[in-house]
Amino acid sequence: MPKKTDIKKILIIGSGPIVIGQACEFDYSGSQACRSLREEGYKVVLINSNPATIMTDPIMADAIYLKPLTTQSIKEICEIEQPDAVLPTMGGQTALNLARDLHHENYWEKKGIKIIGVDIDAIDITEDRQQFRDLMERIGITQCRSRTAESLLDAKEILEELGGLPVVLRPSFTLGGTGGGIVWKEEDYEKKVLRALELSPVHQVLIEESIFGWKEYELELLRDDNDNVVIICGIENLDPMGVHTGDSVTVAPTQTLSDKQFQILRDAAIKMMRSIGTFAGGCNVQFAVKPGSDEFVAIEINPRVSRSSALASKATGYPIAKIATKLAVGYTLDELKNQITGTTSACFEPSLDYVVVKVPRFNFEKFPGANEELGTQMKAVGEVMAIGRTFPEALNKAWQSLEIGRSGLGADGYEEIDRKEVRDRLMKPYWDRTLQIRNAFKLGASVEEIADITKVDPWFLQQINYMVSLENRTEGQSLDTISREDLWELKQAGFSDVQVAHLLSQSGKKVKEVQVREHRKKLNMKPVFKVVDTCAAEFPAETPYFYSSYEGENESYLSDKKKIIILGSGPNRIGQGIEFDYSCVHAVMAVRDMGYEAIMVNCNPETVSTDFDIADKLYFEPVYWERVLDIIEHEGAEGVIVQVGGQTALKLAKRFHDHGIKLYGTDFEMLDLAEDRSRFTPLLRDLDIPYPEYGTAMDAEKAILIAEKVGYPVLIRPSYVLGGQGMRIAVKEEELRRYVERILKSHPENEFLIDKYLEQAVEVDVDSVYDGEMLHISGIMQQIEPAGVHSGDSTAVLPPYSLSEHVIKTIEDYQLRIAKAMNIQGFLNVQYAVKDEIVYVLEANPRSTRTVPFIAKATGRSESQIGVKVIMGAKLKDMDLTSKLKCYAIKEPVFPFDKFPEVKKELGPEMKSTGESIYFLEDFNDEHFRKPYEFKSLYLSK
Amino acid sequence: MSIYTRKKAILALADGTVAHGWAIGLDGTTGGELCFNTSMTGYQEIFTDPSYYGQMMMMTYPHIGNYGVSARDDEHRKVMISGLIVRSFSQEYSNPTADGALQDYLVRNKIVGITGVDTRMLVRHIREKGVMNAVISSEISDEQVLIEKAKNWVSMDGLDLAKEVTRKEAQTVKAENGRFKVAAFDYGIKQNIINSLAARGCTLRIFPAKASWNDVLEWNPDGFFFSNGPGDPNPMDYAIETVNNAKATGKPLFGICLGHQLMALSEGFTVDKMFVGHRGANHPVKNLENGLVEISTQNHGFAVNPTTVDATKASVSHTNLNDDTVEGLRFKNFPGFSVQYHPEASPGPHDSSYLFDQFVKMIEDSQN
Repeated sequence: MPKKTDIKKILIIGSGPIVIGQACEFDYSGSQACRSLREEGYKVVLINSNPATIMTDPIMADAIYLKPLTTQSIKEICEIEQPDAVLPTMGGQTALNLARDLHHENYWEKKGIKIIGVDIDAIDITEDRQQFRDLMERIGITQCRSRTAESLLDAKEILEELGGLPVVLRPSFTLGGTGGGIVWKEEDYEKKVLRALELSPVHQVLIEESIFGWKEYELELLRDDNDNVVIICGIENLDPMGVHTGDSVTVAPTQTLSDKQFQILRDAAIKMMRSIGTFAGGCNVQFAVKPGSDEFVAIEINPRVSRSSALASKATGYPIAKIATKLAVGYTLDELKNQITGTTSACFEPSLDYVVVKVPRFNFEKFPGANEELGTQMKAVGEVMAIGRTFPEALNKAWQSLEIGRSGLGADGYEEIDRKEVRDRLMKPYWDRTLQIRNAFKLGASVEEIADITKVDPWFLQQINYMVSLENRTEGQSLDTISREDLWELKQAGFSDVQVAHLLSQSGKKVKEVQVREHRKKLNMKPVFKVVDTCAAEFPAETPYFYSSYEGENESYLSDKKKIIILGSGPNRIGQGIEFDYSCVHAVMAVRDMGYEAIMVNCNPETVSTDFDIADKLYFEPVYWERVLDIIEHEGAEGVIVQVGGQTALKLAKRFHDHGIKLYGTDFEMLDLAEDRSRFTPLLRDLDIPYPEYGTAMDAEKAILIAEKVGYPVLIRPSYVLGGQGMRIAVKEEELRRYVERILKSHPENEFLIDKYLEQAVEVDVDSVYDGEMLHISGIMQQIEPAGVHSGDSTAVLPPYSLSEHVIKTIEDYQLRIAKAMNIQGFLNVQYAVKDEIVYVLEANPRSTRTVPFIAKATGRSESQIGVKVIMGAKLKDMDLTSKLKCYAIKEPVFPFDKFPEVKKELGPEMKSTGESIYFLEDFNDEHFRKPYEFKSLYLSK
Repeated sequence: MSIYTRKKAILALADGTVAHGWAIGLDGTTGGELCFNTSMTGYQEIFTDPSYYGQMMMMTYPHIGNYGVSARDDEHRKVMISGLIVRSFSQEYSNPTADGALQDYLVRNKIVGITGVDTRMLVRHIREKGVMNAVISSEISDEQVLIEKAKNWVSMDGLDLAKEVTRKEAQTVKAENGRFKVAAFDYGIKQNIINSLAARGCTLRIFPAKASWNDVLEWNPDGFFFSNGPGDPNPMDYAIETVNNAKATGKPLFGICLGHQLMALSEGFTVDKMFVGHRGANHPVKNLENGLVEISTQNHGFAVNPTTVDATKASVSHTNLNDDTVEGLRFKNFPGFSVQYHPEASPGPHDSSYLFDQFVKMIEDSQN
């Protein structure tokens, strides 16, 4: 059936600010949906309050509303725009819930707006645990035994029925499993049931028998109007049941199911999807399989695109959201082409000839006291995906991608393995389970022992054991004695040069990373790049989507265009999220615009930057030194842009510089100077710009001396960190001592800074672009909370709401002075504190920041592209810099404290928010301003 | 076999391409036509599928052997492939209900294989150059010798291989509550075809490829089934004759894969060798009779030439959405249909199992 012609204008609902459980994967799906619809000639209306999204860019839709995601805003928009249909499946649970609420108000029906891509009654069924159970029973799909409780009394009865603990709690209609979990102990039961009942918006909780230790699988499905269904990807969780899939290490395709077992799940998934209404679109089904049997139970079904479908899209190359959108407007699968091969049908099931491993990224260090044990409620803030020809290669690459300082799965000089600690860590699921498994093998544990404790399928353990046997073989050898064959096998298994160097150093003679690299280059041992083609090479594919491997044949052919490498920002984490991906995507556009070939390197599957048709070439690789250098050398790139990928890219700047690789924009010397207080402060002094008094120290005694000199309270932090990590305010010596000890533990090599803390100062954040001749002030944002609350966590108003003319003039003047002195070419962000009309400079960041997308959305100017074009040599005087901002824009942070009930809500110099939304303010009576203003100092802590 | 004790092996193609790896299965030398399969699961079913008789099977999914082997996954009592090429062989496996490791199974079935080669490179190579012969050896280390061996390996072109894999004696498989009697001709029949028909109430008598027609008639079947099998259908005159004999009875006919090609040939259509065959479990087939799409298992190196399909004799009922090849025929001058792909799956999706129901329905209708 061709596309629907009775609809012309379609409303897409976004997912709002990034929270745990709902991250930038919905920007990816939303952007695909917008492009997919516009391609077909539909008018697209969009609502999303998250300014850091690509989907809210003017190029993505015909009308964009940056408004709070409420039914009220949606109604207002529908009054103005009069859309014919609404597509609510691209904005996660948030969008679905809104569409559902309006459906129950009969709003859509009344307005004659069609719901496409989903059947709302289907949502009701899938979200209501009891209804879902009943339906599954009707179609003959087995479920865990369970019943819904609406009171504590119900809960007690149900516990009896199920035969006691452990049981699983699943509150209805909550995001990312909030409030759910396994209950092991009698004394926790009542407390946890009550919390679950409270958190469920309908105050219901499903109490379920525990199938802890069963294997967990996910299938991603697409269905069209003719009821054709295809399975795009099967995903196996390495972590067995009991850990939220968002917190699990997952692998695609499935590894440990025989074909008969896999087909049982495939049949069941199709049956389940067909049972929940007749919509055309995407769907995710989760199963648990009893190890060593054909027995399985259905866990849940999500009739929308999801985090897993974003992962499946990146893992297979099949653009699920894009195709799901086409299906929603009436196309059938057989009418669409496979976007990767361009010649074969979209109605097929991708075949992989590589292994994909996803590893979640956590931020527990931000929330002291948080319970780090993983459960059914998601705690991860982001994830990385790695592609390798084998599981070991992909697993090592995933650990190189995580940006936690590791160079692979262990063997990189970090750990001292303690037998008891390894055992304790393995008894319960923790974020570093794969590493602890590796450690256990290193200590001589057997596959059987580890399988018994962890319930991880032995196949994965066998593979990790193989990796350890490679380690053991290498230890004791030297660079001179290791055979080409052995070294090749290490590289094939994904070991980095750092790991190889560490292993070879065990013989007593220290080997350095660079020596390994030189040695293997002498042996002509370098990676090749293979294509992700959806079809295991059965058909030719032109799509430039690559991963590296140590293999025979290279498929990444070189063009004769000038090439620029743009480094992505890696996994989402607090302090570095979607905002940087936004800038990366714009950098790609700007670079292409200027006639270069744009090459993207990134490893975050949730992002738009890793969509295969954004850059000229995509390398889905760790943003890790060795991997990036391999790509640069292969491509013979002109240079690298590091100013848009946050700290991830910037951290590599020194190594690029030392290696003679061109960094576009501001000189490395100046990037480095900005990070180094001992050089930055003299520069401020020379420029006659005030700054809080400070000092640097390496130990507590020196720190105390400095604190006494500058006067308490002081700000203390390690240098070279992101998002204020480890930063604290100390009001007295005793506290200072405690913080110093903590920093020395977490950052032993770093020196740390002690700043005078300006109490009750106003903090101002200024983004700008300088081209050597002209300074373009992108925006001056005044923070509502006092200085001391991290800028990422504060409510900021653009333009300033209470700064004097004099202060603003001074800020503009200082910004220009610093830009000139640092010889900036491109982005410059400076943070100021204003107290008693004196403007102090707190820090300067010569890169694109978290706030750049916010300003871009507020002003309607493409700030990222302006900056990147200047980096590439364009001049500001040739650009249109007019702002469309008429009133005030306010940036409102969102926090994950509801996921860590054991942690107190306090704000300080260390960033804790996961995302933000934008709100346009007409006047200061608006509660979006009044509320944060009233509470501005309430949560300020240390 | 640990990383310390394994043995080297070489794969050599007839065009001089060579890849080095490690020996798996039995030590020795083997050869055959190199083909690949893109199924990510179901290796044991593939290795025992008689349609692969004499072929060197290269699996595109890198990890093979993960879940060991189980008796229920055998499609034939013997392994049919002549050699195995994989990227990363699982020496150990994980599956509490398995009968054992794939390695032991290969040794028991005397299959020589190689692991650790860039299978993707080789797939791309034969995709561009077309199918060719290859040898694997863990005994001979001289590449030139192996290339020569590959060049001289007996070509499969024009060979009737069905007679190599068919059973010697006819065999009856009784269905529980058997309602109908189906004569099945074994050109290399897969176990799951037998199971699929039996499960639908068909008692089968499975005849050798060259069974005498009198023996068949004597059993008085209600319908005829022509199985899948290896090799080129063109030289199989005896089988085409059998098809014509069956047509003459007026009773329903159903053919799968080679059986489909034989039915096409019996109507005078042409069957050509493909440049690269279809081998995988993800091929989209459109049913032109109802407009629906099924994801199918495929394994064929020959295909019916669509320009030779005489519209007065048959209509094309199914086509492949990727390359428009003929995937099914509905015949007009006798009650019968045939498909190029594998509705019995095993391995692969179950989307097409309705075809067995159709066949049974056809028999049922023919009796009323």
